[in-house]
Amino acid sequence: MDKAGMTGRKKTFLLITIPIMILFFCFNTLPLIQGVIYSFTNFKGYGSYDWVGLRNYIDLFQDGRVGGSYLFTFKLAVCATIVVNVISLLLALGLNSKIKFKSALRGAYFIPNILGALVVGYIFNYFFTYILPVWGQMIGSKTLGSSMLSNEKLAWIAVVIVCAWQSIAMNTIIYISGLQTVPEDVYEAGSIDGATGWKQFRHLTFPLIFSFFTINMVLCIKNFLMVFDQIMALTKGGPAQSTESISYLIYQNGMGGGQFGFQSANAVVFFVVIVVISGLQLGASSKKEEQL
Amino acid sequence: MKTKVKERVNWPITILLIVGLITVAFPLYMTIVIAFKQPSEMTNSIAGILSLPKSWSIANFAEAMRVTDFWRSLGNSFIITILTVVVSIVIHSLAGYAIGRNKAKSKFYSFVYLYIVSGMFVPFAILMMPLVKQTAMIGLANWVGVIVLYVVFYMPMNVLLYSGYLVNIPMALEEAAYVDGATTWQTYWKIIFPIMKPMHATVAVLTALGTWNDVMTPLVIMSGSGMTTLPLAQMTFQTQFGTNYNLAFASYLLALLPILIFYLVCQKQILNGVVNGAVK
Repeated sequence: MDKAGMTGRKKTFLLITIPIMILFFCFNTLPLIQGVIYSFTNFKGYGSYDWVGLRNYIDLFQDGRVGGSYLFTFKLAVCATIVVNVISLLLALGLNSKIKFKSALRGAYFIPNILGALVVGYIFNYFFTYILPVWGQMIGSKTLGSSMLSNEKLAWIAVVIVCAWQSIAMNTIIYISGLQTVPEDVYEAGSIDGATGWKQFRHLTFPLIFSFFTINMVLCIKNFLMVFDQIMALTKGGPAQSTESISYLIYQNGMGGGQFGFQSANAVVFFVVIVVISGLQLGASSKKEEQL
Repeated sequence: MKTKVKERVNWPITILLIVGLITVAFPLYMTIVIAFKQPSEMTNSIAGILSLPKSWSIANFAEAMRVTDFWRSLGNSFIITILTVVVSIVIHSLAGYAIGRNKAKSKFYSFVYLYIVSGMFVPFAILMMPLVKQTAMIGLANWVGVIVLYVVFYMPMNVLLYSGYLVNIPMALEEAAYVDGATTWQTYWKIIFPIMKPMHATVAVLTALGTWNDVMTPLVIMSGSGMTTLPLAQMTFQTQFGTNYNLAFASYLLALLPILIFYLVCQKQILNGVVNGAVK
């Protein structure tokens, strides 16, 4: 391309990019900055406010409720990520093998992913409250005989189950597309060297789809840390605040509870935590990938 | 050469997978059965809850539609989703194009790329409170504001997808168009935009699913505007009529049905779209 063409092209690109950047700045970066500013005030969400410096941050680390919500959210994210990845990897291996009705089965297993988390949460709410206890009583179990959702120690497991039920679909699809990138002759060569079954998976399949494993881990952890809809539909943070996720607490007390400033500080810490975790995960996995 | 033996079907795994489908089907079955029953048919035994209804009555649905103002919220969900998808495809593909074509050789564009993509890690929780203030201040605390916000929220992911896809489209195509006298703008709309069709499908699917099912954004942004989306209608319904489960389940089914039908109709495209998005 000649020089005139190049400058015309450059101009067009800038004319596209700059308005888009401004839009992104206004509705993403600006509120982020505002959030950080609010976190240094005692703003209630209305009326006037004062600067309180680092007060909110100091209080945050001494607040038992905030601590509890972090504990719950991490517990949920770690457990759900493990459950989801184990099951969806198995499911993907199954759905990728020589089976009958392959595309119908894949299609059916993907259904949970298209349904809204809120409504699914309501349906599972009923299941845990009315159906599971009857089964529990039938097998004579005391713990399962009453609703899991009203049990402080068990409610989080119900949340894990619902989160997993929905996410397994997406993660399975990602693993399947990973498995399809593995060429057939790798297995043929492997079987000559005696790699079958678990050995084949451990030394051939898994290393080759490792980057897909990484995608799934990062996606899972990030999504589960931000969990909101399921909490809203299943437990509303109860019983006794045992299932209050960070997002839910920020929404609940920030929007309705007059803790705008305080919860903004919580949100800032939450943001930093997510960035650090995602960064660590990506860093660790890129190192691992280089070794393979 | 030997003719290749036809691959043997692995029946044990097939059967295992079919049995496993219970986990997907059971909640849906439960929803349908309860939605069609009358409260008098609900006894406390499992059989009472899960047996088929004595008569398939649509009374629950009519009543659920009335109390949740179903058609209005369905219409709102439709408008918001469709506009979000259309605007996203136009804006995000343009952004992906401008950024993708330049990020390798320009510091500015590689910064823009990182800037926008890193937005993926900003949780809505931190933006929520300032955004409520901001949208209220500039008169966007309504469905228009919700669309604008969606377009911004999905930008990181979609720009990532588009600029990744662009790597596969050779520059030679654009140069040929330039020789023929087309400007960059014309080249984009006439050549690049049509070529990116598979990516448009992916973006449309992922954005539509996210928008259709989202609760939090409309909840905090539009709550004062008197407009609801389908999930929001379920939420207010839940708090008002929590005790009539048959009615509640009829309304849940009504909320799930549009997306289920849509999925059954375009199942193949949706799965392909998701796979495209996952691999890139």
